[in-house]
Order: sequence, then structure tokens, then C-alpha cells
Amino acid sequence: MIGFFIQRLVQALIVMLLISALVFAGVYGIGNPIDVLLSPDATHAIREATIRAYGLDQPLWIQYRDFLLRLASGDFGRSFVFNMPVLELILSRLPATLELTIVAVVGATALGVPLGMYAGYRPDGFAAKSIMALSVLGFSVPTFWIGLVLILTFAVTLGWLPAGGRGETEMLFGVPWSFLTLDGWSYLALPALNLSLFKFAMMVRLARAGTREAMLGDTVKFARAAGESETTILRRHVLRLIAIPIVTVFGLEFGSTLAFAVVTETIFSWPGVGKLIIDSISTLDRPVMVAYLMLVAFLFIFINFFVDIAYAALDPRLRTGRAK
Amino acid sequence: MTGTSPLGRFWSEFRENGVAFAALCMVLAIVGVAIFAPIVAPQDPYDLATLVLADARRPPGFLGTKGFVHWLGTDAQGRDLLSAILYGLRVSLQVGLAAGTFAFVVGASLGAIAAFAGGRVEMLIMRFIDLQLSFPAILLALVLVAVLGPGKWQLIAALVTAQYAYFARTAHGAASAERSKDYVVAALSTPLSAKRVVFRHILPNCLPPLIVVATVQVANSIALEATLSFLGLGLPVTEPSLGMLIANGFQYMLSGRYWISIYPGVALIVLIVAINLVGDQIRDQLNPRLRR
Amino acid sequence: MTALLEVRDLATHFATRAGVLKAVDGVSFSIEPGEIVGLVGESGSGKSVTGFSILGLVDPPGRIVRGSVKLDGSEIVGLPAERLRELRGRRMAMVFQDPSTTLNPVLTIAVQMRLALEAHERVGAAAARARAAELLGRVGIPDPANRLDSYPHQLSGGMRQRVAIAIALLNRPALIICDEPTTALDVSIQAQILTEMKALAADSGTALVWISHDLATVSVLASRILVMYAGRVVEEGPTADVLRAPRHPYTRGLLDSLPSISEPGQELRQIPGSMPSLIDPPPGCAFAPRCTIADAGCATMPEMRRDASRGVRCHKPLGAGA
Repeated sequence: MIGFFIQRLVQALIVMLLISALVFAGVYGIGNPIDVLLSPDATHAIREATIRAYGLDQPLWIQYRDFLLRLASGDFGRSFVFNMPVLELILSRLPATLELTIVAVVGATALGVPLGMYAGYRPDGFAAKSIMALSVLGFSVPTFWIGLVLILTFAVTLGWLPAGGRGETEMLFGVPWSFLTLDGWSYLALPALNLSLFKFAMMVRLARAGTREAMLGDTVKFARAAGESETTILRRHVLRLIAIPIVTVFGLEFGSTLAFAVVTETIFSWPGVGKLIIDSISTLDRPVMVAYLMLVAFLFIFINFFVDIAYAALDPRLRTGRAK
Repeated sequence: MTGTSPLGRFWSEFRENGVAFAALCMVLAIVGVAIFAPIVAPQDPYDLATLVLADARRPPGFLGTKGFVHWLGTDAQGRDLLSAILYGLRVSLQVGLAAGTFAFVVGASLGAIAAFAGGRVEMLIMRFIDLQLSFPAILLALVLVAVLGPGKWQLIAALVTAQYAYFARTAHGAASAERSKDYVVAALSTPLSAKRVVFRHILPNCLPPLIVVATVQVANSIALEATLSFLGLGLPVTEPSLGMLIANGFQYMLSGRYWISIYPGVALIVLIVAINLVGDQIRDQLNPRLRR
Repeated sequence: MTALLEVRDLATHFATRAGVLKAVDGVSFSIEPGEIVGLVGESGSGKSVTGFSILGLVDPPGRIVRGSVKLDGSEIVGLPAERLRELRGRRMAMVFQDPSTTLNPVLTIAVQMRLALEAHERVGAAAARARAAELLGRVGIPDPANRLDSYPHQLSGGMRQRVAIAIALLNRPALIICDEPTTALDVSIQAQILTEMKALAADSGTALVWISHDLATVSVLASRILVMYAGRVVEEGPTADVLRAPRHPYTRGLLDSLPSISEPGQELRQIPGSMPSLIDPPPGCAFAPRCTIADAGCATMPEMRRDASRGVRCHKPLGAGA
């Protein structure tokens, strides 16, 4: 188990290094950040001084080496635009994004899995067909357009919920969270719903397919022959059987939801890292872009690692296989 | 009129599903109006001379000063929205099809090369592809568009980079499976050239799963392009796609002028849902496990 | 004395795209308490579907279209799902062919046994464990208390099937339907389980319906044999009588195709042809196309003819004229 752990860790480090090189090479190809930093009428001397101050006169590989060294010491550089350490900037925006993503993914799973299981249990019923139609829509319709429709319906037409912003927050562990206040929830509801629809559709499909297959299997038939009720069969047998693919997707989707938060945050002016990255791209704020992409990559690798461990916990066949 | 050829049988089975058949008709109809947009559209939305600012932001059904009814209303520049949507469909379809085609060629070749090279080359290529697939396509496209700058070809390049990996993995899977089958081993042991084996035997057998991926990916390209354009990172303003039309209307939505954003969106969704329904049916028909 | 189980003219049909498949079409038999009955036939003869129909476990598109199944004298076809569920496990249980697919791979034996117990009574965790361990011991699993926390994949095929049998016995049912429970196992394990099942059934007074395609296995176990062909029972009678003097040509054919130990080297005789499709079967005797003695009279469906202990569904039963 420890050998497996170390092997995975080394793999993860190599992948991170590779990604850092790609990200650096990609991002530092964008335009000339000096044009953003300075007004067009700045003197040549000021220009030169600024270029030197940010190390932009060095060859790319030296910039990359310096970047890696700084990274190792936890220094992601300073944002050109906000003129503050990038790490601080991103960490200040991260809770808003995490909150949005977690609510969306957990909500999508909590609702999508039971509905999908039902659709797989009674696949020919009207309810199942409606659930599947909803999931086809959630799969096909672009997130941003659903966001617009949600704003139009709930904010503009009905006036029930605000169209954007974050609302009241409360401090917990020194970080502001909006899920702790009612007002915060009113702001959180629409973007979270928007972000969750795609995941919801995916969970419904997965749970439905898994349930359909399980219901036709001998395990279910044997449990029925023992007189177990349909509720027991669904909750104790089928749910456990389909849990493995669902946990995998839950993990992987958490990462991609983080990425899709970019779109939702832009539509709903949600002050998270997604909106930050879009703003940074348009202002060519390289350090922020690099740090954001590194953060997403790190989260991906971290999540994959946990999915592997969750696998072992859920599937006893794998657990003993590894212990050998 | 049930054909006896495999294609004929495929087609008659396809037609049995009313929803999929309707979706196919819808896709063809949309492609048709997009191609003939200059003839069908009541106005050339990008000929600035025909725009009347006094007609700006009028609701659907408004009779404009040019003497024709704006059935879907007008946008902020007084452009007829129906015309703008027809031209926008043109751009969206062009980008989606071009990106899908290039991604198909690049990805399928890469996957096939990996499957046939084997060993280290295969491992390297597939590791890289897996790594890329674990990363969300939208972020990749976002960064690439930012790096490459605005423009139709830059956008297509970004979409291809974000999507070729799906083709590569599918082609690799199918080609590896075919390669190990007896008939290929047998064909390779004959004096037939390797090229002939690949083109006459293996490629035709890898095609069906790739076609399924292609339909899904064309729909995805169109959605991704719209998303990027909506975020202001897609096409230049001179060639507004559906995504940009939606983005342009967004600011007017809060004041209740919903049509500027909603109708281009409806067009986009009808297109994507129709393509996906066609793709779903093709996939179901090709899946031996679902065959009754 | 009423029979434990009484099946009358049972018919289970499957609506498929190609037409109505009459998997079971007019099966009648009865089982006395504690009796072991063998249900024999080749695959597709409807023997498994008969078993599932009795328990009310036919999956759509299958449906019981006709007939009656009486358990302890009361009708169970058409009972509400919940009433039927209460009977399953407690009055009648079932063991399936492949133990590697029947047990849930991701739950421990203890959890699976507790779920089966809790289906019928409220039991505490400790009591459930004790009862589960007791049953594992009875079906011949060594060190049952420790085995409880195993997962199915940690047990051998034979052990898994014993666990499945223990689960079937858990609520002391009066009837267990065994659907080829030894087919997937090694021959030596088969013999062990057969002997153990016979003893267990005798101990607890449980009646068994032993479904098998293998006449040899059934003859070891059962006191009575039912032979099924194309959805119908074609012959029934005490095991010894049926084996010694089969009356249906199909039973004769089955017996002839068994390898004989007393005369090694003898060529096996096969029954020519194969079972007809159960969708739109020919109107007459279903076995007629493969029968060596069939004649024009076999174009009509023969009725089941019974005497004191035996029955046969044939126009020209063997040994009748001789």
C-alpha cells in the first residue's frame, strides 16, 4: 500500500512538472503584458525599468527556471493588474468558487442519483421518460444559455432571486461563506443550479444505466427470492453496486465543474476564481493565469488520487488485490 | 424498400425511430437555410447601409421602416434578428464542421499510429492523450484562444486542440482491437502491402465508432464555440456567431428585451439537440449490446 | 392432507418482438411437505421459468397468463406484491445456478444474511449474527463466525453456493426451489452439496424442487421426477419407476444419452434434432418431429394421462402395448 502511495505521488509530481512547463510556455506566448502595465505615453526609461522589474527581459527558459524556483517557495508572483501577490489574490477568491462548485456537485448527485435510479427501476414509465428528457436537455443545452434563461425567469420576470453578485457572507475559519446566511443562499441558488444541471444530467444517466443493469442481474433476483423489499434492494444492494462508477465520476466531475464555473461565474458576476481568470485573460495578467491553471491541475491530480482511494474502500475485490 | 446492403439496412432501422428521423430532418433543414442564408434572409445583417438605428431593439413582429416585418425583433443596431440568426448559424456550422473535421483527421491518425507503432511510441502518445482528456476541454480552449488571439482559424485551431484527443482515444481503441483480430493478422502475413491492409480492412472497421464521436464532437464544437464567443474570446465582431449574438443581447435582458439573447439561443439549442439525437440513434444502432 | 404446493395449468408467456414465447404452457404438479422432486429437461424447456413463476419472480416481458399456484392450500397467483414478498424467503425460497452472480460482491456475508433476515422479522445485530453463523455451520462452512465478515470473492465457488443455501434456509421455508445449484461447481463439490442438501432437507422437513438438466444428479436426490419438454410436463412418476421404465419417448431418449458405467465404451445415443421454437409451436405433440415412433396421430396435442403414481403426455406411451 505504501509502495502504491509513493508510486502515485511520484507520478503526480511528474505530471505537475509537465503541466507547469506547458502552462508556462502557453501563457507566456500571449501578447506583451507591458502594454497593459503601462499607459501608452510612458517614457522609454520607465518601460525598461518595468520590464526588468518583472524579469520580462530574460530568455523564456530562465523565466521558467525562476518561476519554478519561486513556485517551490510558494511564491506565484504578483498580479500585474491587482498589484498584489497572486497566491493571496487566488486564495481570497477561491472560497466563493469552492462553495459554488460543492453546492452544485453535491446537489446534482443528491438529486440525480435517486432520480436516475428510479428511471432505471421503472424505465418505461412516464416519470422515467420525463427524467430522461430533462437529462438530454441538461446534456445538450450550453451552460451559459441556461444561465441566461434562469436569470430571465427567476430574476427578471418573477423577481424572486437576484441576478448576480454574492450577497451577505459570514465568517467561518476566517473565510467568508455565503451558505451560512439566508441572503447568501438567495444569491447562491441560481448560479449553483446553473452549474449543476450538466452534472445532474450525467448523474441521472449513470445511475439509470447502472440500475437497469443491476435490476436484471441475479443479485437482485436472489434478494427478491429471499423476500427482501424493493426499497431494501434499491437502497442496500443496487446503490452499493452502482456506487463505484458514481464516485469516480463525482470526483472527476468535481474538477471539470471547477472549470465550468468560469462560465457560470461570468454570467452571474460571482466573485470567484473563474471570473478572475476571464478578467486576467482579457487584461493579459499572466501570473494569475499561470497560478490558476496550476491550481486546477493540482486539484485534478489531488482528486484523482482520492478517487483511487475511494475505489479501494468501495470495492472489496480491489482492496484485497492491493494488499497482496 | 428495405435495402439489402448494410447501409440500406442501417437506414431503414434509423427511420424506425421517429424522433431521430425528425432530428435528422431538422439538421438538414438548418444546414439548408444556413447555406442559403443570403437568399432566405430578409436582410443582409452585416451590410451597415441597410441598418436603421431607429429600428433598434424592437420586439418580435415589429414592422420596420424598411417595409418588412421583423418576426424575431431587432438587436441593438437595428439589425433584423432572424437574418442575424441565419448568418450566425452559418458561422457556427462552419466553425463546428471545420473543427470536427480537422480533429477527426488529426485524432484518428494519431490514434491509429499509436495502435500500429506499439511499444514506446504508443505509450507516449496515449499517456499524453489520457493526460489531456483528464483536463477539461473548455479550459484548454479558453487558454488557447487567449494565446492565439481572435480570429476564425485561431478559434478552429483551439477547438481542434481541445477535441482531437477524443478521436485519438476512440481510434486507438478500435484499431488495437482490429489489429489483434485474426483477419488482420492473416492479411498482414500475405504479400499485400501494409497500406492496403490499413485502408481496405482496418479503417472501414474503425469508422463506425469514429462517426459517433464525430457527431457528438461537432455538436460540442458548436457549443464550445458559442461559449467562448459568449465569454468574448471567440470570433471577431465582424463575423458574429450565435454565441456572440447571445452575448450582445445579454445586457438588454435585464431590462426585459429578452428576444435579442433568447432567439439566437433557441436556434443554437435546436441545432445541438438535433445533432445529439441523431448521434444517439447512430450509437444505439451500432451498439451490439442494445440490439434486439 | 393438502399438498404443500399445488400447481395447476400454469402458463407463463413472454411477449417478444418476434411473437409470444410460450415458455411454460399448462404445467401441473403438486409437492407434498418434505418431498424432494426433480424437475428435469433440456435448456429452454421451461423448467427455470416454472420455478420463477412459483415465486412470482418472472421479469417483464414475461407474465403468468393462466393457471393457479396454491401454497398451503391458498392461491398465490395474483396476490398483491407485498403479500407475495412476505411469502418469499419465509415459506418458499430459491437457490440459483451461479453463486458468483447471486451474492452481492460488495457486501459482506453477514450484511447479506442480515438483510434476508430483516425482510421477515425484527432482529438485533447480535441475534442476526448468531443465527447467520449457526446456518453457515449447518451448511458445512468451517469457522462460520469468522467467515461472516468475508466478501463473496474471498470464498470458493462451493463455499459461495453454501452461503446462498444458508440464506435460503435462513427463515425456515417449507419449500426451496433449487435452480441447477450445482451446475457451475466442480464435480466433487457437486456430490458434497447434493449429499448435504438431502440431509438438510430431511432434518428440517423442507421440501425441495430440484431443477436440473442432468438426470443422473436428480436420480440421486429426488423421490419423484417431473420431465419437462417445450413448456409442458411430459412425464412424471417415482424416480425408480421412471428410470427403470420410462413411458415417454423423450425420457427414454434422455436416459439413452447418459453414459453408462456398467457398459463402458458404448456409443452414446443422441436424440436427433432440437427443441422446436416456443414461438408459434406446431399444434401437435412438441416432441413428434424428433420422435422415432411418431405417426399421423401425433399431430394433435396429447393429454396428460395418469394412473396411480405416474403420468405421461403421449399418444403412444412406451410399454403400454407390450
